[in-house]
Amino acid sequence: MSLVTAKNLSKTYITGEVGVEALKGLDFEIEPASFISFVGPSGSGKTTLLNLIGCLDKATEGELIVAGKRVSDLDRRQGADFRGSALGFIFQSFNLLPVLTAYENVEYPLVMIKNESKATRTEMVLKVLESVGMLDQKDKFPDQLSGGQKQRVAVARALVTQPKLVLADEPTANLDHATAKNVIQLMRAMRDEFGTTFVFSTHDPRVMHEAEVIHTLEDGRLTHTEQGSDRRGNHD
Amino acid sequence: MINIFKIAARNLLRYKRRTLLTSLLITVGVVMVILFSGLSGSFKQMMIGLITDATLAQMQIHKKGYVSSIDTSPLNLNLGPKAYGKVRDMLEKNPLVESYSPRIKLGAMLSNYKETTNIRLNAIKPDSEIKVCPALPDRITFRDRESGQGLINPGEIIIPDKLAKGLKIKQGDTVVLVAHNKEGSVNGLNFTVAGVIESVAGPQGKEGYIHIKDARDLLRIDKPEVTEVAIRTRDFNRIDMLYAEINSALAEYKNPKGNPMFEIHTWEALSPFYNIARMIDLMAMSMKIIMIAIVLISILNVMMMSVYERIREIGTIAAIGTAPGKIMGLFLAEGFSLGLISTLFANAIGVGAIYILNIHKITFSFGRTENLLLSPSVNFNELIWVSAIVLLVSIFATIQPAYKASKMEPVDALRHV
Repeated sequence: MSLVTAKNLSKTYITGEVGVEALKGLDFEIEPASFISFVGPSGSGKTTLLNLIGCLDKATEGELIVAGKRVSDLDRRQGADFRGSALGFIFQSFNLLPVLTAYENVEYPLVMIKNESKATRTEMVLKVLESVGMLDQKDKFPDQLSGGQKQRVAVARALVTQPKLVLADEPTANLDHATAKNVIQLMRAMRDEFGTTFVFSTHDPRVMHEAEVIHTLEDGRLTHTEQGSDRRGNHD
Repeated sequence: MINIFKIAARNLLRYKRRTLLTSLLITVGVVMVILFSGLSGSFKQMMIGLITDATLAQMQIHKKGYVSSIDTSPLNLNLGPKAYGKVRDMLEKNPLVESYSPRIKLGAMLSNYKETTNIRLNAIKPDSEIKVCPALPDRITFRDRESGQGLINPGEIIIPDKLAKGLKIKQGDTVVLVAHNKEGSVNGLNFTVAGVIESVAGPQGKEGYIHIKDARDLLRIDKPEVTEVAIRTRDFNRIDMLYAEINSALAEYKNPKGNPMFEIHTWEALSPFYNIARMIDLMAMSMKIIMIAIVLISILNVMMMSVYERIREIGTIAAIGTAPGKIMGLFLAEGFSLGLISTLFANAIGVGAIYILNIHKITFSFGRTENLLLSPSVNFNELIWVSAIVLLVSIFATIQPAYKASKMEPVDALRHV
């Protein structure tokens, strides 16, 4: 069974009296534990699509089922609960909380969303920080970390709640090529280690082919789907 | 909950200068209230103490109509033996009454054989009067008086200090008092000046004292009449209850025309200082309102800024699944913490300032009363009350910004630049 199913998915933004169609009738499926990218130029609808999958926004038309939930049926509170339990997010600008250390940033969803005990939190946070190679930097605040380190912490934060799906919107846009490639490889390694599905958007041709499946978006339409250079089997 | 407050504290420290300035503003407001309450409360208590313990007593019972004509000291409105007996019996039975003292009030002419002037006098039973006005002896300067000789003996007079100074009367001198009785006949008696009494503001504050037996001789009163009965309660905080009880008991007594025979007044009705005390309370309330405004505006401003500057952060925590209620809680904790820290600082500074004021004795004059020593004190109920106001206002001021943060759509907040 697919983790994400989209049927005739459309999104129109109304600005004043003008409607802008950001997504036009998308149909696709995402399998569990896959490593998927949505690519396309700026304004092609990548972020809008990830926002819909991430329950941050609602489709104008069509059907979207994520982890067995029809996300258009969820109200504000249910949406928050669903995001906290089933989804993880990685942002282009890392979006770490500046007043919390790396450890505390990763711990945040377990405290504020999952209400885990202190012992469980410590075990989970240390495990995931070790997996992303940031254990030795755990006591540093975000402004003491490099861009690549921040994104590693962001990956750890997205994974610590053991979500079914992690959505990463342009996760490498603010990183140099080497670091960007490292972050993508880290995400893929995490997929391999935890079995979590990763969906990321990018317009960077240097990293887009790191995905197993590449969906190309142009003007809100899904124009092309291809297999990436690094298919899951290649890493087993 | 601890984590919410930890994050709140970190966010407050993030904008150190802004937090410090806001906290300072609130602290100054609260310290002002604590200082004003301490000083004005001390002044009020001291003046009330002076009035109730050294002059008027806490309550007075008179024949109906006496207080409205008090300026003429009308002897025809004295309480006769029967009436006084009824009052005495009623007071003896009331457990809230600690003591009572009968007084005769009169006006007379005072002469030092060279000059003559008017004097208003309280004729008292010294043993009873000391129980009703225990601070009365503190106002009197005696010369060559041994302990155990009592407040005043028959044949003695205590003269107001201003009068003694004006007529150059010293303790030990002999003076003459001449008074009219209620029939209009005049009588005079010699008295020895036993002491000089310090003048204080308010009614009875500039009156002399003689023994009640001398007043009866001077006025040629055969029966044991009294002008007023001064009362002291066991618990000053229950004075209203005692007033109601006595008033109700006195209401049963009617004169032949069917009108009430007695009237009772607390010190509040007898002393003009009560209006000053009310004004002080009003000023203290005004200070509190100003403080509330300071706390409200400063915290509202800081929290609105805080929400506006952290829109992307709010979007992030909302996106990763933080419930709207918890986002609101984060900001409420921030506003509450700011109020709490400020009020704790303010309490410490306020208590310290009052302690310092007590070390450096403050004296002042009020009306004709000089060298009053002010002993400001910290009223802990007031501290708790002021702190509670600050905390409640802090929360109230944070509700709107916190609500706004909790209602933000994560997708819009994440787009914010």
